Amino acid sequence: MRELKTAAIAVIAFTVVLGLAYPLLMTGVSQVVFPGRADGSMIERDGKVVGSSLIGQDFSKDTSYFQSRPSATGYSPSATFFNNHGPNQQDLADQLKGYVDAYLEREQPYTPGLTAADIPSDAATTSASGVDPHISEDNARIQANRVAEERGLDRARVLELIDDNASRSLFGLAGDKSINVLELNLDLDREASR
Amino acid sequence: MTVAGWIEILIFLAVLTAITPMLGGYLTRVFRGELAPLGRVERAFYRGLGVDPARGQDWKGYARSVLISSALFGVLLYVILRTQSIHPLNPQDLSSGTWDVSFNTTASFLSNTNWQFYAGETTLSYFSQMAGLAVQNFISAGVGIAVVVAFVRALASRSGKEIGVFYVDLTRAILYVLLPLSAIVGFVLVSQGVLQTFGDYADATGLTGVTQTFAYGPVAGQEAIKVLGTNGGGFFNVNSAMPYENPTWLSNFVEMLAILAIPAGLTAMYGRMVDNRRQGWMVFGAMMTLFVVAVAVIYVSESGPTAAMQAAGLTGDNLEGKEMRFGIGSSALFSAVTTAASCGAVNAAMESFSGFGGAVPMAQMMTGEVIWGGVGSGLYSMLLYVILGVFISGLMVGRTPEFLGKKIEAREIKLTIIGTIAVPMMVLVTSALAIGSKWGAPSIYDSGPQGFSETLYAYTSQGNNNGSAFAGYTGYVQPNGTNDGAFGISFADVLGGLAMLGGRFIPLLAVLAVAGSLAGKRVSPVGLGTLRTDTPTFGVVLIAVVLIVALLTFVPALLLGPLVQGLSDQLY
Repeated sequence: MRELKTAAIAVIAFTVVLGLAYPLLMTGVSQVVFPGRADGSMIERDGKVVGSSLIGQDFSKDTSYFQSRPSATGYSPSATFFNNHGPNQQDLADQLKGYVDAYLEREQPYTPGLTAADIPSDAATTSASGVDPHISEDNARIQANRVAEERGLDRARVLELIDDNASRSLFGLAGDKSINVLELNLDLDREASR
Repeated sequence: MTVAGWIEILIFLAVLTAITPMLGGYLTRVFRGELAPLGRVERAFYRGLGVDPARGQDWKGYARSVLISSALFGVLLYVILRTQSIHPLNPQDLSSGTWDVSFNTTASFLSNTNWQFYAGETTLSYFSQMAGLAVQNFISAGVGIAVVVAFVRALASRSGKEIGVFYVDLTRAILYVLLPLSAIVGFVLVSQGVLQTFGDYADATGLTGVTQTFAYGPVAGQEAIKVLGTNGGGFFNVNSAMPYENPTWLSNFVEMLAILAIPAGLTAMYGRMVDNRRQGWMVFGAMMTLFVVAVAVIYVSESGPTAAMQAAGLTGDNLEGKEMRFGIGSSALFSAVTTAASCGAVNAAMESFSGFGGAVPMAQMMTGEVIWGGVGSGLYSMLLYVILGVFISGLMVGRTPEFLGKKIEAREIKLTIIGTIAVPMMVLVTSALAIGSKWGAPSIYDSGPQGFSETLYAYTSQGNNNGSAFAGYTGYVQPNGTNDGAFGISFADVLGGLAMLGGRFIPLLAVLAVAGSLAGKRVSPVGLGTLRTDTPTFGVVLIAVVLIVALLTFVPALLLGPLVQGLSDQLY
């Protein structure tokens, strides 16, 4: 009985400290020290929120933008799930084939001679989160041909913008290079309106 | 594979090795009671609990405290989940959980597994996450640390039957280790972009006019203890793959380090507490050796296309189910870290890994989570293997087996066998039940060998308290417009829940019983004929014992699933 009372007091005390005080304190301090970061790194343009720099979005309606990686979830940041097909599934092969064909159809007119074997694999596979904000550098360089032509921009300038939006981990020593698509597209829009 | 990828892996291993003795020294001082900056708070708390920190418990008393407190925590969590709809901080008006999924989730967080049949952002309110799940993230990790501290104390003790006071060990583990480290890691994560807000979900219209709904929450604090406590239960359904849980290369590195920090630090604490640091390094070395092999195999396996990619004409690396900011290197390393430790957080879709790339994480879990393993549970399970190794070597050289000068006798060996064999048996039986019966079928998503792999992974992960998943396997059906709303798949929920509870508490009790039996045993002096357990040679013996037990038990099952896929290009 004494043992039960001890346990009950411990459960209540730990729940109050760890379940209420700790998250409230973390939130309070974070909101003061890292406003913006703690709230989802939302990006505003002309006073309106257009997305988050950490969350990929769907650009497929407008091919003058760089395109995000395929998503199994319709780019939803509020109902996330994995694609969940094994490495030897026919379903997955069919899905990937669809992404490959779509990519070729979109890019081939601007990058003649492009074949499936040239496609960087990030461009025709679903990301884990469904909202991967990045694409690979190779993928961006292929898309640059299309974007430059559709926007009437100099290709060299577009490549520069890609470089500006590349993230390198640990000064490029570790990890891979990746390009933030939303930020790159915002830069593109700024470029055009200049 | 890239040079940068290998460099990252090397940097990670170096940093981990460097912090191990530092953390080990700190943990030793905390649990010897030499460091107690909040002594007054502690004393007041113990008085409130009615616990006398000076009166040690024997193993039965200690076990009783573990079980009773765990039971109460479990009841509270279950009630919170079942009554979610009436609690505050529920901006989406999410409804309460069904009995079966709630039972599974309760068992999962109580046992430090954090297997998730539910999807965080569409199922649980902010209140359930923080007051229910986050609390258990701390407590289940604290219990693990407390038990291993008690076990090591028993190994080192020269007299008496006391192995410590549970509530003191638990309180110290939380107050001086888990809570401060979580706050530090939490703030680092926020600085990288992990959420920490109570804001409502909000809409935003993107550049091409497409609307996205953003889920928010008090994520960072929970994320920190998720990794530090080797819990692994993500705030979001896709766990650490979600940019809001793990936004940058740096946040990813910090999370991986946080997962292994305490399990590695405990090996150094063990060495110090038994007054022979080489004992700690021997265990560390054995774990590190197995771990390095696992990392390398996964990294190599994921570099290159899978059969499905080849069929679609792709030739690059397997980026299906992986995030670009991590690439192959950080994804492979993370998956090795999370399944070596019994963490179960994932930053990539485990199910989409190549055949061999998916087999290695499974194999790591099948060792019983002793390659670092869970916070506390990894080291105590490994020390059971050490005892087994001592026993086997003792038989080979024909001497009475001794561990740290204490005779290993029939009682200890019986308990050790229970502690090491119970979980593998449970994994095989539950997997067989789920595969062999019609009730297991609704949970399976993919066809062919992958369906088998999903099932095997599910019960391996739950039985060994890991919590990562081939996430096609489901125990919960979301409302989708064509069914009558969300419902649980009771068979998978209950079977998995029982596997998690068994996987947690059977080895834990066996360990405490061994502690009780070794505490106060006479220590014989080291002589010429002593089998030394602090040498690289013994490290090799230890690795062999781990591998033999795991392989003999599981290779046939692995062959039927992931290995057969890794060996062929056949599509199913």
